[in-house]
Amino acid sequence: METRSQIHARTFVKVWTGFVVFALYLPILCGALAGLSKGRYFGFPIKVFSTEWWGKTIASLEIQTLVQNSLLIAFIVTLVSVFFAFFGALAFARYDWKGRRLFQKAILLPVFFPQPVLGLALLLWFNAIGINPSWQTAVIAHLVWIVPVVTLVIAIQVYSFDPTLEEAARDLGASRWFILKEITLPILWPGIWSGALFAFLLSWGNFPLSLYTAGVDSTIPKWLYSKMVAGYSPMVPALGTMSTLSAATLLLAGGLVIMILRRRQRDL
Amino acid sequence: MSAITSSATSSAQATGERAAGPAIPVGLRAASPVILLLVLGFLAPLVTVAAYAFATPKSFDVFRSFTLANFAAIVEPSNTVWTSFVWSLCFALATTVLLAIIAYPIAYGLNRMFGKWAGLVSVLFVFPLFVSENVRLYGWVLFFIKNGVMDGALKWLGFSGGPEVLYTPGATLFGMLYVYLPFMLFPMSLGLAMVPRDLVDAARDLGAGRLMIWREIELPLAMPGILIGMLLTFVLGAGAIAESKILGGQSVITIAQDIEIAFTYAQNWPLGSALALLLVVIVSGLALFMLSKLDLDRILGRR
Repeated sequence: METRSQIHARTFVKVWTGFVVFALYLPILCGALAGLSKGRYFGFPIKVFSTEWWGKTIASLEIQTLVQNSLLIAFIVTLVSVFFAFFGALAFARYDWKGRRLFQKAILLPVFFPQPVLGLALLLWFNAIGINPSWQTAVIAHLVWIVPVVTLVIAIQVYSFDPTLEEAARDLGASRWFILKEITLPILWPGIWSGALFAFLLSWGNFPLSLYTAGVDSTIPKWLYSKMVAGYSPMVPALGTMSTLSAATLLLAGGLVIMILRRRQRDL
Repeated sequence: MSAITSSATSSAQATGERAAGPAIPVGLRAASPVILLLVLGFLAPLVTVAAYAFATPKSFDVFRSFTLANFAAIVEPSNTVWTSFVWSLCFALATTVLLAIIAYPIAYGLNRMFGKWAGLVSVLFVFPLFVSENVRLYGWVLFFIKNGVMDGALKWLGFSGGPEVLYTPGATLFGMLYVYLPFMLFPMSLGLAMVPRDLVDAARDLGAGRLMIWREIELPLAMPGILIGMLLTFVLGAGAIAESKILGGQSVITIAQDIEIAFTYAQNWPLGSALALLLVVIVSGLALFMLSKLDLDRILGRR
């Protein structure tokens, strides 16, 4: 039986959470409205809705290049970071080795670091060793921040995995490669998928690192920023909304895959 | 007998491994790609920044000159750059404290109240992380701006229009609260998940009051997670730049913006590096101190 004060607390927490979620999505909603209103300038309440700016945005060649850049960077970052982070997570959570505690803390440092400063430091470093910033250097910058995040995501899955399974296979004479392929990888699949999803989406939406390390190449967030400071164009909220919707779609699809993988694993 | 066989196999395996390659522990081998990335992509840039911080001002003489002139320029009273430091650190602190208060009820709800809805609510809080912060902050500009959503809605309802909040220091702080909320919420929620339910129930059965349970059991046991959240928020807040540029209209110049100006328009890399180095020392000193006190295995779920 709940006491009166418990009911009060429960109501308060629910209302508060609802309010914060609403505030979280309110600006995204405002952007969507602005992108769908007719006319060059934004005013609320919106008088006429139209898809004019969406059409112009999709037709723009400049924006097609941006999308290609953003996609290419996100794909490479995802592939490389999942590979690095898979082994990194095993070193983080599974194997007992002398430097493990130190490694666990060192890997957190790029996450516990202001990204604009990281981007500027990388820019300085690339210049110092004579590399011209371009989308390739942006890939490296993204990796420095995203690999640690993906390592943590996969490590959480590694923690839930029973090491005696690997040991049993080894005692039965299985080779290291066989154990990796038949035991470790299948158990870690949900974590690896989550990590890949994180990597792609974080790279897709990253702004501070791309701003300083992509050189003359532009990504969607970087281009949006340059237009934001240059004055208002309805293409900014239109492209912003499109980018958000693509991320949401990918998150839903990816989440579904991960749920299916988890369910299948439970049934085994 | 079985102990002997297993020790025999393991020693055979150890020799087998040794024969196959140099005697590097398997953990280190697995960690090596990440270590290489961190050395080349994190440590090396920081070393470069540190080296530039001691180079002749407005030059590119890295490793060829040693001077403290850049640091002298920062502390010089006529230079106002220290105000950016003060603003950034104060805003980061305010963000940390306010977000701890804002996020705590939500983290509590995620662990204790939402039940099967907790997953969905978490996803709702994660998703904005995948939308770049400038897009989300720009949404607030459209909300707060003259004839924007708030102003227009108030006029439509017959009021004289909304207050002017955009391009003020308060708007910068608001933007920071908005952007960094998930970084406080999730570590806090992990921390609260570490509090055993039966311990709280036992205390209640023994007659402990709500406040006493919170102060003596929940808060201390959830502290590692709360501390990580606070550290993360503070560190990211100290390096904030987009919030003041987009929402704050540069009414406050943050330290990250001063570093950016030195690196780009002013082309004074040594000064920018000295500023960055000071910020990095503050931030990583704090991070290393706090991380050294935490057991990550326990927080992330190793049993």
